[in-house]
Amino acid sequence: MSSGMPTPATGAAGAADGRALGDGPGLLDTPKQPVQLGSAQGSWFSQVGWRHIVALLAVAFSLFPIIFVISAAFNPQGTLSSTTLIPTGASTENFTGLLERTAFKHWFINSVVIAAVAGALSMFLSALAAYAFSRYRFKGRRPGLMFLLLVQMFPQFLAMVTIYIMFTRITELYPSLGFNTWWGLIILYMGGALGVNTWLMKGFFDTIPKDLDESAKVDGATHTQVFFGIILPLVTPILAVVGLLSFIGTINEFLIANIFLTEGNSKTLAVGLFGLVAGERNNNFGIFAAGTLLTAIPTVALFFALQKYIVGGLTAGAVKG
Amino acid sequence: MSTATREATGPAGQPTRPSGKGGWGLSGSSPLALAAKVVLLGMVAAITVWMAMPLIATQSWVLLALLLLSALAIFVVYLQPRYIPPKYLVPGVIFLLLFQVFPVLFTVSTAFTNFGDGHRGSKEEAITAIESSSVKRVKDSATYSLSIATKGDPATGDLVFLLTDPKSKEALIGDATGIKPLEGAEVSSLGRVTAAEGYTILNAGQASTRSKDISNLSVPTDTGAIRAQGISRAYEGVKARAYDKACDCIKDTTTGATWKADGDRGSFVNDKGEALSQGWRVNVGAGNFTRVFQDKTLQTHFLSMLAWNFFFALAVVFGTFAVGLAIALALHHPRLKGLKIYRILIVLPYAMPAFAMMLVWRDMFNQDFGLINQLTGASTNWFGNPWLAKLAVIIIQFWLGYPYMFLVTTGALQSIPTDLTEAAGVDGASKFFSFRTITLPLLFVATAPLLISSFAFNFNNFNAIGFTTEGGPFPPESPQVGGTDLLISYTYRLAFGAGGAQYGFAAAMSLLIFLIVAIISIISFRRTAALEEIN
Repeated sequence: MSSGMPTPATGAAGAADGRALGDGPGLLDTPKQPVQLGSAQGSWFSQVGWRHIVALLAVAFSLFPIIFVISAAFNPQGTLSSTTLIPTGASTENFTGLLERTAFKHWFINSVVIAAVAGALSMFLSALAAYAFSRYRFKGRRPGLMFLLLVQMFPQFLAMVTIYIMFTRITELYPSLGFNTWWGLIILYMGGALGVNTWLMKGFFDTIPKDLDESAKVDGATHTQVFFGIILPLVTPILAVVGLLSFIGTINEFLIANIFLTEGNSKTLAVGLFGLVAGERNNNFGIFAAGTLLTAIPTVALFFALQKYIVGGLTAGAVKG
Repeated sequence: MSTATREATGPAGQPTRPSGKGGWGLSGSSPLALAAKVVLLGMVAAITVWMAMPLIATQSWVLLALLLLSALAIFVVYLQPRYIPPKYLVPGVIFLLLFQVFPVLFTVSTAFTNFGDGHRGSKEEAITAIESSSVKRVKDSATYSLSIATKGDPATGDLVFLLTDPKSKEALIGDATGIKPLEGAEVSSLGRVTAAEGYTILNAGQASTRSKDISNLSVPTDTGAIRAQGISRAYEGVKARAYDKACDCIKDTTTGATWKADGDRGSFVNDKGEALSQGWRVNVGAGNFTRVFQDKTLQTHFLSMLAWNFFFALAVVFGTFAVGLAIALALHHPRLKGLKIYRILIVLPYAMPAFAMMLVWRDMFNQDFGLINQLTGASTNWFGNPWLAKLAVIIIQFWLGYPYMFLVTTGALQSIPTDLTEAAGVDGASKFFSFRTITLPLLFVATAPLLISSFAFNFNNFNAIGFTTEGGPFPPESPQVGGTDLLISYTYRLAFGAGGAQYGFAAAMSLLIFLIVAIISIISFRRTAALEEIN
């Protein structure tokens, strides 16, 4: 089998096996073995104390813009100029204003539905392709993998001229897949389902011992049974990671959504919120901040739900590339 | 086993199908798999029929043929038992071809044309546009009663003119292609069309919101064009400029000026070299590419932009990686209390909506009421100075990106076996030495593909600029290129900017950007593959 890490050490294989079977190191795990290089002596500060300082600095840097958003969201005046880092009030005016004055509810539902469906579908399409790339040897396999990566490096927005022309025609022929529809945007996003994510997945699939599927095949299992029955349950971490990455990517996507969704109620959060501050930058800032906080809820929730898979999934997939 | 050695084993990965289960069709599957296959292929057939109907109705035979061929290909792939990989690749590849490969190929093909504002359609379309926009009202122009209607939504649908000839009271319908009699119309006693089958007539309020579309609509006739005058009357004007086939030129009937067709430029040009604004689309060969390399001002901008573009991408990738790794190392200690909560708080930026946080950061850098100036007590004009603006966009992108690198390196550190560094320690190596010679190379191997794709992403990170500085600040001496413009944001303005769209030129720029990124990525991948072999 392929070890998780191409190291000269035999000990690596065991560590990779553990991850391959789906219980990789989680975001919240502490390192299991003590890391003590050389002697373990020294004062508390040189051992642990300075680490707290680094951690606190990092936390402060990570959090201060978020605290600023929270402060702005609860700022009763709702303007940028009156917002400070430390909250000055606790008014829910911005939230009620957001819900009453804008189509935020529609934007929210549109975004969550589109991101969830597109994330799940692209995870599935990617897993199918990764299975073929990991388990079969066929002509054009390596160029195919390289092509997947390169095609995504092409600057997307010019292709939007084409996409616009295409969807003008699609809107005439099939209004249910046209502009301002969920399904139209979802199938458009499916164009990017194969790409870096397929590489991540393929790398993880490679860490699953091939003996497993071969012995199943000897027992008469078909390739579909191997895929759904053996492989998929073992690759949950990378499925979680790719699903999450697609979800975050979709919910944040602006360029395509902005030309695709023009009717008020069909907009996604990215398009709708951008419209709030595009013109009235200072005055709408509180409402915008409230919208940003609410937008973060589905992503953060998904992030915590999947956190135990994330670190393991990201790195194991990265190893083989 | 490395990828390279497995590649060499060739078709060993092919499944050995139990004998007697070959052949075409649906034999040789378990009942459940068989049922699933029938249902899924049935869905493909149903979708094909659903998609075919509008194509038949609109007589789009080429698209119909493509659709049927694709459907046939799908059936062949899933009914034949021999080749397994296509069965798993086809679903993703269909979407990839439709929405990535096809648009990219179309973009590449426009890179060799002058496609853009004023050069969108054919020569005939350009002539029609020139002639009908030159229509002037003359003394004895015929007038019509006008109703404005649409087949679609009154706010957005394409407009048509419903006209009645004041003398004959005959109802006519006119759009950008011409005029023809209107069947089944109700005409009021005043002579206006009040209803027409299949059309919605706009009321005064709806019409007034679309006054621009109405005044732009010009219905060509034999001698001129019909244009609206207000929303209830239209006149038939005479065209002041007309195309003359004999000289292949446009002649102005009142001034006598002529513009000759120039097939290389796709424009009508007079003897002073001035072109009419409506031209047509022609092939310009490599003209767009030579323009990038030959144009003096563009050349200096291109190189300085390229330099900043590289600096931005590298600074962001290595900055986020170095800091992410440093924090991961600092937190990689078994006796550190509060580790879980630290990690969650540090990665929180990654979970926030990036586009919104970029806008928030933009406002935090605001000179007058931004948080940064508020906290430091300064009144720095962050986005007014090109260097400070560059620093600001790097800081913003750094904040968004370092939690990801922290996550990745944390995971990689946990998967590096500790016995390696312990053994080095026993052998007397210093901590730093064992980190540099053991941990760091392993980390690089583990994260190289992510670093390369992160570089490619940031090289073309349009959002990082578009949501913050929009390319600015723009120096007064060269207002086209801003201090923080990446190649991509500059190209974006070329393609969609206020100066009129230049898709052909923008497509050529995109192709160049793509080549740069692709070549760097391929070289880096080759090098990391080599690194992997050594380890």
